Amino acid sequence: MPARVVHCSVGPQVIDPVDVLARVGSEEDGAALLFVGVVRNHADGRPVSGMRYDAYEEMARKELAAIAQEAAERLGTDRVAVEHRTGELSIGEVSVAIAVSSPHRAESFDATRYVIEEIKKRLPVWKKEHYEDGSDGWVEGTVPPGTGRGVLATPDAEVDG
Amino acid sequence: MTLSVNTLFFASYRDLVGASMLAVELSEGATVGDLVEELRGRGAPFDALPVEPAVAVNQTYALLDEPLGPGDEVAFIPPVAGG
Repeated sequence: MPARVVHCSVGPQVIDPVDVLARVGSEEDGAALLFVGVVRNHADGRPVSGMRYDAYEEMARKELAAIAQEAAERLGTDRVAVEHRTGELSIGEVSVAIAVSSPHRAESFDATRYVIEEIKKRLPVWKKEHYEDGSDGWVEGTVPPGTGRGVLATPDAEVDG
Repeated sequence: MTLSVNTLFFASYRDLVGASMLAVELSEGATVGDLVEELRGRGAPFDALPVEPAVAVNQTYALLDEPLGPGDEVAFIPPVAGG
């Protein structure tokens, strides 16, 4: 059974999780799993009114396809479909959807987890939170593995580094 | 001989630099590290960029010793926060 990525996208189009789920599964698969990431109304105790997602879209498409392919090949799934959204999102809107199918459930759970964790480590996407008080701020992120430290060259950072 | 590369800035780095794109002339044989040094050497606001930033060359993550070629696309990647 060849593992394959059946669908992968990064862009401003609204995500329909049911559509993403419908892209996976086959007569050989006894399990299909859907993970949905949603914009929530709070961050570190602050009320959040919305979120903007920026992406290096061309690279993010390639990187997301690579992540999905790794999940499919290493974790023994059948099919993987994934979408990540960009642009301005309201509370409750879907920012990411990952669907995986496999003959047995364990592979689907493992692969879904792998895809979301790798997205958070390496996908060139950034989010800016809009707070209820009218201010906003970039969410502190993760330096992708195997790259520079990415620490801004403030005097404090130089003392630490 | 010089080579010209296109640098890209995203998210917080774009806010910091005040531009999303910048063409930079470098000496032949220059590496990503040389590009970082050249930019940081220009002073504010570029000197606030990381000494060791995460970068991607032609849309693949790269280390500072990666050699650059004419027309390469070099993106400065702030810590990522997808999902």
